Order: sequence, then C-alpha cells, then structure tokens
Amino acid sequence: MSTAERTRRLWARITSSELALSLIAVAVGLAAGALILAITSSEPLVAYGAFWQGAFGSRRGLGETFYYGTQLILTGLAVAISFRCGLFNLGAQGQILLGAMGAAWAGYWLPGLPPLIHVTVALLVGSLLGLVWSAIAGYLKARLNMHEVITTLMMNYLVINLKSWIVGVDGPMKQPGMIPASPPVLESARLPRIWSDARLHIGILIAVVCVAAVWYLLFRTRLGYKIRAVGLSPSAAEYGGIQVARNIVITMAISGFLAGLAGSIEVLGVNYRFSQDLTANYAWDAIAVALLGGLHPFGTFLAALLFGALSSGFTSTQGVADVSRDTVLIITALIIFLMVLIRSRKTTAIATRGDTTSAGLEQRP
Amino acid sequence: MATIIEMRGITKRFPGVVANDGIDLCIEQGEIHGLLGENGAGKTTLMNVLYGLYEPDAGEILVHSQPVRFSSPHDAIARGIGMVHQHFMLIPVFTVAENLVLGAELTRGPFLDMANAEARVRDLSAQYGLKVDPLAHVEDLPVGIQQRVEILKALYRNAEILILDEPTAVLTPQEVGELYTILHALRDQGHTIIFITHKLREVLTICDRVTVLRDGKVVGTRNAHEVTEAALARMMVGRDVLLRVEKPPVAPGPPVLQVQGLRARNNRGLLAVDGVSFEVHAGEIVGIAGVEGNGQTELAEVLTGLRRAEGGRILINGQDLTNRRPGELFRAGVAHIPEDRHQRGLVLDFSLLENLLLGFQDTPPYARGLELDYDVARRTAKRLLADFDVRAPSSETKARALSGGNQQKVILAREFERQPKLLVAVQPTRGLDVGATEFVRQQLVRQRGEGKAVLLISSELTEIMDLSDRIIVMYEGRIQGEVAAAEASEQMLGLLMAGARGGTA
Amino acid sequence: MQGWNSVLSLSLLAATLKIATPLIFAGLAAVMSERGGVVNIGIEGTMLLSAFAAVVGSHFWGPWVGLLLAMLLGGLLGLLHAYLSVTVKVNQIVSATAINIAALGIPRLIIPYIWPGHFGETGLVPPLPEVRLPLLADLPVIGPILGQHSLLTYVALILVEVLNVLLFNTRFGLRLRAVGEHPRAADTLGVDVAHMRYAGVIIGGVLAGLGGAFLTIGKVPQFAPNTTNGRGFMGLAAMVFGNWKPGGTLVACLIFGFADAFQAAAQSAGVLPVPREILMSLPYLLTLIVLAGFVGKTVGPAADGKPYEKA
Repeated sequence: MSTAERTRRLWARITSSELALSLIAVAVGLAAGALILAITSSEPLVAYGAFWQGAFGSRRGLGETFYYGTQLILTGLAVAISFRCGLFNLGAQGQILLGAMGAAWAGYWLPGLPPLIHVTVALLVGSLLGLVWSAIAGYLKARLNMHEVITTLMMNYLVINLKSWIVGVDGPMKQPGMIPASPPVLESARLPRIWSDARLHIGILIAVVCVAAVWYLLFRTRLGYKIRAVGLSPSAAEYGGIQVARNIVITMAISGFLAGLAGSIEVLGVNYRFSQDLTANYAWDAIAVALLGGLHPFGTFLAALLFGALSSGFTSTQGVADVSRDTVLIITALIIFLMVLIRSRKTTAIATRGDTTSAGLEQRP
Repeated sequence: MATIIEMRGITKRFPGVVANDGIDLCIEQGEIHGLLGENGAGKTTLMNVLYGLYEPDAGEILVHSQPVRFSSPHDAIARGIGMVHQHFMLIPVFTVAENLVLGAELTRGPFLDMANAEARVRDLSAQYGLKVDPLAHVEDLPVGIQQRVEILKALYRNAEILILDEPTAVLTPQEVGELYTILHALRDQGHTIIFITHKLREVLTICDRVTVLRDGKVVGTRNAHEVTEAALARMMVGRDVLLRVEKPPVAPGPPVLQVQGLRARNNRGLLAVDGVSFEVHAGEIVGIAGVEGNGQTELAEVLTGLRRAEGGRILINGQDLTNRRPGELFRAGVAHIPEDRHQRGLVLDFSLLENLLLGFQDTPPYARGLELDYDVARRTAKRLLADFDVRAPSSETKARALSGGNQQKVILAREFERQPKLLVAVQPTRGLDVGATEFVRQQLVRQRGEGKAVLLISSELTEIMDLSDRIIVMYEGRIQGEVAAAEASEQMLGLLMAGARGGTA
Repeated sequence: MQGWNSVLSLSLLAATLKIATPLIFAGLAAVMSERGGVVNIGIEGTMLLSAFAAVVGSHFWGPWVGLLLAMLLGGLLGLLHAYLSVTVKVNQIVSATAINIAALGIPRLIIPYIWPGHFGETGLVPPLPEVRLPLLADLPVIGPILGQHSLLTYVALILVEVLNVLLFNTRFGLRLRAVGEHPRAADTLGVDVAHMRYAGVIIGGVLAGLGGAFLTIGKVPQFAPNTTNGRGFMGLAAMVFGNWKPGGTLVACLIFGFADAFQAAAQSAGVLPVPREILMSLPYLLTLIVLAGFVGKTVGPAADGKPYEKA
C-alpha cells in the first residue's frame, strides 16, 4: 500500500468516527481560543496559567467548571432531544428564564415548607413553566405548521420583555429597594452546596440523573423510538402508526422541561434570587454542546463539561488578559461550524443533515 | 443513413457501482433508436452522459463525427441534443412560456421579453401539432400535455436529437398512440430519436433499431423488425425469463375489504377519490389499473389511514374502520406495502432492526410496558432477514445501505409478519431489477394462496394482468370498469383507463 | 386626550418609515436568499456584525467608509453562508445560528481596543447624513412623512421596486426563482444552480449589511449589543407575510414599524395604559400572528431550504 493510499484510508477512518470528529473540532476550537488569548493578552503565559487554574487547576476552578457544566448539561440535553425529533428549539433561553422566574417565585413566596418538599416544588414549578412555554411552540408547529425556529426565537424576546417588567420598577416580583431583582429565595428552597467556596451545588447530581434519564428515554422506551423515528422520517413514522403531531408536542415539552429545570437550578443553587441580569446566554453554547456530543446524552454530558471548563477558564483570565467570556462565544461558533462541516459527509445526526424542512407535516387523517 | 451520434467506450462510475462500463453506441440520423434494459441497467445514466449532466470517467462522444466534450447540458443543447426526462423537469408555478425559455431567454435590453416567448410557443405548437397554451401554469396541466411542453422545450432549442426517458410511464395506451404519432412526425421532419424504455413491446412497436443494456454493458444491437420479444428478454436478463407468473387457481372466500362510496381529496384540495366502491375477497388479488394520478395513490392512503376520507365507508371483515389511524388498521389486520419505500416504507437512517419494528412499536411482545424489548426484536429480525434472503451484514446495518430490492424485501418481511388479512401493495416492483421483481410477485401470489386478500395497485398494466384475479380500472377518481382478469385485454383496459365507458364483464 | 393628540400625528407615520427601514433591508435580504432556495436565519447576525463594521469604519474614516465596510462584510458573511449551504450542503439553520452566535461575541472582543474602557458599547461616531428632498418636503401631508429621512431609508424604498423588477422582469430573476422552485429542472437546462444561489445569498448579505449600517450610522450613531434585537428574524416573518415578494414584504415591514413607532410615541407621551413591555412585545407578537397564517396562507419557493445534489 502506498503512502497516499494509507493516508486516504486513515482519513476515511477518521471522518467516519464520531468521536474522532468531535475531538478534532474541540482541538481546533481550543487552538483558536489559545490564539485569541495569545493575541489579546500582554502576558500570554500567565493567561494560560490562569486559564488552567480556572478550569481544572484549583478547587474553586473545578467547582466553577461543574457549575457551568450543570447548566450546559441540562440545556444541552434540551436542545439535543429536540434536534433528535427534527425540531430546532432555539427557545431554550426563554424557557430557562421562565424556569428561573417560576422557581424563584416558589422559592420566596411559599413559606413554611420542609426543605426537601420546598426544593422539589420550586424545581417543578420552574420546569413546568419551561415545559408549557416550549410545548406551545410545539403545538403551533404541529397544528399550524409554524416553523419552530422563528416561533421560539420570538417567544424568547417575549420572555425577555417579561423579565424586564416583572422585576422592573413596580414589577410584581420585585423586592423593595433599588435592585431590579426578586426577594431572596428562602433557605428551605436552596440547593445545598457541595463545595462552599465554589458555586458547585447538588444540581450537578440532578443533571447527571437527567443524562441517564434521557438516555433511557431515547434508546430504551417506546416514546424514544417514536421521537427518533419522527426526527429521521416523519412520513415513515406516520406510516408506522406514530402520531407525528403528538410526538412533536411531547418532545418540545420535554425539551422545555429540561431547559426550565436548568433555569430553576441556577436560581435555587447559585443566585438565590431572580434578577434582571440573568441572561441565560449559555443557551447558545448549548447548541454547540449538543452538536459536539453527537446529540447523544453521554456525549452531551462530556461536551457540556468541556464547555464548562472553557467558560470557567476564560472567566479566570478576565483580569489577566483583556478578554472575556465572549471568547467562548466565538469558540462556540467555530466549533459549530466545524462540527457541521465535518458531519456534512455523514448521514447520521438529523440536525446536521442538509434538509431544513424538518418534520414537515404531510396530510394526516 | 449517416451516423449522427457515436459513443465510444463510455464508462461512468458512482460510489459502489459501475453504471456504464465501456459502452459503444451508434445512433443513425433519422432513426428511432430504442435503448432497452431493466431497471438499473444504465440506460438513463448513459443518456445523462450524452446530455451533459454527467461527465464520463472514460470514453468519448462524437456528434456528426466531431468529438465533443459536454460539461453541462448547455453544451449538449448547443449541439442539438434535447432530453425529455422520466420525471418532468418543469417548474409547476411557472407558465409554459417561462418553462420553455428558461436558460435560453428572449430579452429586450436588460428585461425579459415574455411576449416574444409566448409567440414562439404558439409558432412551435403549430409547426409540430403540439397544442399548448403558453400562458397556462404547468401545475394546472394534465400529464400528457406536460409531456408535450417538455418536447417543445427541446424543439425550441433546435434539438436535432431527442432523448426520451421512459416517456410512456405516465400515459394511457391511447395517449401512447398519440405520442407515437408525434414521434413519427418528428422523424419525418428529420429529427433523430433515442427512446429509453424497459418495456419490450414498446420497443418492437415504435423503434427502428434497439440496443440492449445489461449491468452497464451493451449486450447487442438489433433491427426491431428482425427480433422477437423472447430474444430481447433473454438479452435483457441473460437467462430465460418467466414472463408469466405461476398462479394456481384459488377459490375466493368471504369479502375482507369492502369499500363503499369512498370520497377523498388530494393535497391540492381537489376530489381525487370520487365515490369508489369495490370488494376484495380472501384468497384473491384485485388489481387496480390506471394511469398514475387518477386517484390510486389517494385511495391507498385512505385505506391505510394516511388520508382522511370525506365520505363513504371502509369495512374490514365487516367492521367499520373508516378514518382510523394506521395503528388501528394494523391491529385490524391491514398491511401496507407503500408506494414510496424511501419516504414511507423505511426510516433510512434506522437500522434494519429498528425498521422491522416500525408499526410494531406498541405491540407486545416488542412493547413491554414503557420499553421496547430489543432482544426479542433482534431475534425476530434475524429470522426475517434470513427467511427473505436479505443481503445485509447484520440487523444493525442502516437501511440506507441496502439495494432497492433488498429494501423492498425488508418491507415485505415486516408486513407479512403482521399476518395480515388484507394486504395493500402499491407499485410494489417499481425500480426493482428483474430478480427482485420476480420475488415480490411470487410473494404476492403466495399470500393469495394462503387466503389473504390482496389489493394490488400498479401502473404497469402487464403486472396487473399477470397477477390479478379481477381488475378494476380507475379514471379520474372513479371506477371506470371491473373485469375478470381472464377476460381482460390490453386494448379493453386501455380504453377504460382513458375514460371510455365500459361495463363490467 | 392631550397625550393622544401628540401620539397620533404625521410624525408617527414618519417614525414608522424610519423604524421600518432596517426591517425592509432584512426582509429583502431574506427574499433574495430564499427565492434562490436558501434559508438564511443568519441575517440577524449579519446585521449585527455589519452594524459594528459600520461604526468602526465611521470612527476611523467617516460614515461613507463605514457604509462600505458594512456592505462588504454583509456580502462576505453571505458568501460564507452560501458556501456552507450550497457547496458543503450543511444544515442551513445550524450554520446560520453559528453566525449569529459569533456575532454576539466578536464585537465585544474588539471594542476595548478601539474605545478603551468601553465594554460592549462603542462611543459615538459620525453618522450618515439625513437627506431632505426639497420639493417633496414642502408638500402638505406627504411632506412631513416622506420629505426628510436618512439616505438609507430612500435607498430601501427604491430597492423594493428595483428588486421587484429584478425578480420578475429579468433573466436573472427568472433563473433565480427557477433554482428556488425546481433546481434540477433548471440544471437540466444549463442554468448553474450553485452560481444563482450564491448570487441570491450574497445580494441578501449586502442588503443585510445596509440594514445593519442603518441601525448604527443611520440612526443612533453607536453600537450596542442589542442593536439588532431580533430585527433579522422579523425580516423573515415579513418575507413570509409578503409571500416572498418585495412589495408584500414592504407592507409587512410598515406594519411592524408602525407597531413599534406607536409604542415609542405612546410611551413618551405618557399615555400608556399598559406596561411598556407589552407594547415593546408587539412586533414579536405580530410576527407570531402573521406566521400563524391568520392573515392568509402564503407559499414559499418549493425547493426552499433543500440543498441541491447533482445526482
């Protein structure tokens, strides 16, 4: 075998391996990040050091990594499951914010509940709000064929406006005083911390449970089979007796639930209040996380931790280099580009296949 | 006669298959030359090469003895070659005039000159006797007229040589006759025609000479009036072909399917099924003949729960199952071999195992509480794949990787596993090679022998006539006539398919 | 009553036109891209980055260079999207989302170098001039509405008609539409599908660039992270409302613009009976209502969003 032949074979093996492709994308992304640090920092080596400390090197850093990771795991799962059904849930940001609002409200407004109950109720309120909000978009898609890309995006803006009002001047959830935020969440509703000096709380455990749950749902249950079938071929699914419209709504509901849960956890585990400056911008990172993870729960988990590390690392460099978390955004975009580019050669994951007419609904009885 | 087109040593490869393998072909000026071969023999690919849609991996093309190199249809058109494709290349929302001039537009300054274009359409219409309204939107035109537009498109570009790819697939026997007249007229005006088909009888009727392709290679060229159907069949397949299927007589049982006054609309809101009533008994094959687009697709969809019936009733073994979901129909014993195996019949990116589960996902033993029992499914899959001789490495292989014939076998395996009482098979052998076609037909006859009721919908008249016990002809959403297969002739059926009044035999 | 009088005035209509301008650019950009069959939800990100480019250009070299840079960047981003969608054939929604995400991050990265001490927002820069049309502005009624606007507003209005003619009366337009309806048919007639699609998307990108430029150097001569605020997506809605035609898109944009202008006027006149956030939500709600098809069914190009494989 000539070298050329050998190289060609190797390249073919690489491009057909999911893992290899993800690793390549990550490597390039990291390289880009390193480059940005090098350019923007007066002392790149110090910046790299700070980055490492921030990501893994210190207990605080590791805690931060897991904190961001938790948010990204849940939101990544939300995005991944919607993509699996051929739906582009770009409304995670709004669903997270609604979840946060709901959890905060349940957290400060319901007195006299034992901690376990209070936490559970608050988490549920938030998650259910996210579920309903997302399910609305699902319903609009299923019944009125409104493309979920635009509906979820518009609904994001609606929630952002809601947020502005609800803790704004004279807003119903605003605590007295100058700060545009809700009253603090009662002790009984707060998620216990794991490490007190970092923002790591037991939310990470909830996230891990969700990873397992989503895996089980997608690959072991009948509902999961139906969701995947609808995502890969709605007409075949319909032929096989699967109710496409119903499964679209269910999938969006589950997706919204997970996003709402992410928002609830952020409030109950870290901020302990709902405030104006909660942006949930990591919802966009979640798209990259889901794609990088191959739309698979386990892959999403790993990708989320990776992005968590990136976020934590870059935040730590904030004093040292004149760069901010926005570098992560750029790396995110880069990774998405790469993942989509590389995967365009494969025909597996539906979200990266060319056909945008996802879950287009044909005539049904 | 002079040689007008010569193709030498044409080879064209696609991933995994050699579509054309060193093909030599000579077309003489002023002849109607048939290109015959079964599905997948390489006929369309070869003509796509000639038309500049593909570039060959090897070989050369000579037009009027001049070597040419086509890098796009633009070049081929410039050389006087026009092509009418099997699936029309017309833009539905555009008018006839717009479709005609696309790519070779008439302009006045920087603007389109559509008035001129419309005049050109009228001129050409008159010259060749192909009446068409230039301002009509193509989507409103019947299929036979659309074909005329396609021919006009080629003539507008001064095509000397016309390639027609399976032109009669969408025509009634009468319209086919009209097409032949048009082709003869074109030939008399000096044009050369290449006629791609897989239908033996057509070739003998219309062509002067015929070249047979098999597995990407030329088997031979013959004069049409010097060769027999059997000889051509042998060349096409390489062995003696069973042209008729063995069909033992079976006494039909009670009615399994009863359709009464069924009405349904198509995707555009027009009435596609207009008061259809018929029965299918156990142990018989009822064939629904008709040119595509007369409501057969919609009828099949209504019977299998994929389309709403506006009126009428469907009874399965006496039970009213009108407008029930596919799942309910499966449970009632209805199986469906769909028209489109890639869109409906299979989830291409699922494994064979997962595809065999399609329709069974809520049925025990595969459904176990909330879960799917993949172990049981795997065992069943293994058995089915072996029984139906599906060529695939394992049940984990993605359906996309299989050949058309093997994909259809998977669908058959799955549907027969339902132990159906009624089997609705729509265009079951479309796009399959002869081996797979034989297999499918044998399986349908076997189901009939086992006492199932089989409803066969096909646009291949020979298939209907070979397999059916009774034949129903659909035209414009209604039943034109019902005939016992033994008493049916192609001519009689053709008349019914074209809307002539006929009686039941 | 006093407050309402000041709200319902001719200046409201003038404001409508002003606010509709970037929407018109976004809508036209969407039309040009989708008529060729390529969905581009990256118009939002393109507008944002172009808006930034316009500010940077104006800061160093004046507003005209800023405008040029915005158009150039818009075209380049269009080229990128076209490359990914048409040549590489990736999922058009995902790749456009990546553009939108990048657009969020890149300006923030660069701003501190040009405006030290600023984070996220730039300083003020020289804006594009307003134009007063002498004869028109003196007319009653029409004058106050149409007579004086940013140059780009007039450009937008003119472009509506120009693109209308381009799409429906020229060879280019016929081929572009053909490629968006039935690319294979066009291909068999020798029309270069990829070429046409690239053209549509790149023109769209330049239009988006113009829209972005208006949002900064045509209006508030400053860039902030929420400069576009979903206008790129509203452009898509306007396109759907307008049945993929420039004229219809204009109508939709005027309606959206009116809603926004009304909200702003009512708020500053203090006649708001409801929280301002509700009025601020109007454009988004309207978009949803339009999309729901309550204003009639519209049908887009048949091959929209589907990559073309030469098979």
